[in-house]
Amino acid sequence: MKHLKVSIAKLVKIEGLTIIGVFIALMILFIMTAPRVFTGYRIYMSFLQTVPPLLILALGLTFVITAGEMDLSFSAIIAFSGFIFCYIFRTFGTPWLAFILALSSGALVGLINGWMVAKVGIPSIMATLAAQFFWNGLTILLSGGLSWNIKEIRPYFIHTLFVGRIGGIVPAQSLWGVGVAVFLWFILNRHTFGEHILFIGDNVDVARVMGVNVTATKIKLFVFMGVISAFAGILLTLEMINFWTTQGAGLLLPTIAAVFIGGTSLAGGYGTVIGSFFGAYIVGSLEAGVVASGIGGYWTRLVTGLVMAASVSLNIILSREKGKGLKERIKESVFIKNL
Amino acid sequence: MLKKGQFKNAVKMNNIEKYFGHTAALKGVNFEVEVNEIVGLIGDNGAGKSTLIKIITGVFPPTKGELYIRDKKVSLKDYNVKQAYKLGIEAVYQDKSLGEKQDLWRNFFIGRQITNRLGFIRVHEEKEIAQKIMFDMIGFRGVGISAESKANKLSGGERQGIAIGRAMYFDAELIILDEPTSALSLKEVQKVLNFVRKIKESGRACIYISHILSDVYEVSDKFIILDRGEVVTTIKKSEVTLKKLSEFMLKYAHAK
Repeated sequence: MKHLKVSIAKLVKIEGLTIIGVFIALMILFIMTAPRVFTGYRIYMSFLQTVPPLLILALGLTFVITAGEMDLSFSAIIAFSGFIFCYIFRTFGTPWLAFILALSSGALVGLINGWMVAKVGIPSIMATLAAQFFWNGLTILLSGGLSWNIKEIRPYFIHTLFVGRIGGIVPAQSLWGVGVAVFLWFILNRHTFGEHILFIGDNVDVARVMGVNVTATKIKLFVFMGVISAFAGILLTLEMINFWTTQGAGLLLPTIAAVFIGGTSLAGGYGTVIGSFFGAYIVGSLEAGVVASGIGGYWTRLVTGLVMAASVSLNIILSREKGKGLKERIKESVFIKNL
Repeated sequence: MLKKGQFKNAVKMNNIEKYFGHTAALKGVNFEVEVNEIVGLIGDNGAGKSTLIKIITGVFPPTKGELYIRDKKVSLKDYNVKQAYKLGIEAVYQDKSLGEKQDLWRNFFIGRQITNRLGFIRVHEEKEIAQKIMFDMIGFRGVGISAESKANKLSGGERQGIAIGRAMYFDAELIILDEPTSALSLKEVQKVLNFVRKIKESGRACIYISHILSDVYEVSDKFIILDRGEVVTTIKKSEVTLKKLSEFMLKYAHAK
């Protein structure tokens, strides 16, 4: 028994292992309850098509939460950058200009967020909530509240590159999701920017006296989140070949849920890219899985809640440290610090 | 930058003032720390000790005055933590020295990582050096701690050891210890005092801040007493006994 305990403790140290376990268990459960759907490849292709925007948002938000901050404006950036993309494409017919300006629009929103948080000192949850209303409102004003179709973009290379079907089957955006995840894993764990994020989330005073430029890093962080959100917005708009004013609204809570299911700590100072990756696929596959299992779509949200509670609890229980009670561990992992 | 032997003072302050809004934290402070001198900086809570050292370490600039490091006047506009590192100034704070949830190798190099041109950290190199510092400089051999341990696995004394080892590795000319023993057990306090002796032996200078006068007295060459933002006196160790120093301190405590 003691041996077993030791090896469990070692295994848990492998990043994201708990959540990979939850993901596999869930898939097995779906295969058992809905074998007809979950033994074919189509359902998986549909996940690879719909999850990437949520996934990329969750990866960006992982950095924000690791720094002990929160961003609620990304759902508005999805709509705003989607609008900019469609507007520039329809006006000038140049998709790459549209792409660059849409990313820039995300950077601009992030810059203003970062300035409010790092320079003015507004708690990020308030600053970005205000930003969410503002940019969503502006998007509705500019677009006249209408949805815009851009089916003319289908023949362009940008469409194939980002949301084409590789071999006629695999959605390209799923590879972009993996690519972004690998890249961001290295940024968080192997780059000075990521290390500064970790220390700021851990203890902002330590970061400051050790020579981390906290203000500049926080501004960079929100700009980074803005660009990531805009990229997710572009993928969504390209996939749907459509822009609509509420296109990000449904992604707000699932993205936050994906990050927490993945095991990133709300207390700051610890974040897992791998966890968020599988967290996003868990959140993204629940609805289809629940519906296919035949218990009915009304159950989706309830099951999401259960899965989130179970994953977070599992992460806490398995991170058992010598001499630390459950209460302490809960406090350490969910204690809100910088919000 | 002047090399060792070419300068007299590791750090010198000339009429330094610091205001936070309208509150004066430091009112015209003059003091100096010579090469290879251990200076005990003492004073009651709110005397301005922390403000003073944060000016030296570049965390924030003074409102007015002159700061000399290695006998050279520092441009206060450009002075910051990174500049202080370059000039060989390191600080060990009571509770702000290590990121609790981070690996020790990260804690050694935070703020001055070894990176490639794109800013990616050379992890193996950092880990190797961190391990070496722990083995050779601070003697963490066989205590079950490695460079990959998290800081929160260490005892208070071990943490201070890590922070002091870091300061010594980066070849600091001046090491500032801000209340390094206030959270430690008696045995661990001895460890820290031993580290301070090592600083002296290796030819470095040190500013040691503590409430515990007996500790300060034991390791220091000179005492600077700060009260409400002013240096009230500077005494050499040879001119004062521990008893006298305590009486002196009490006088200023009563003055409040």
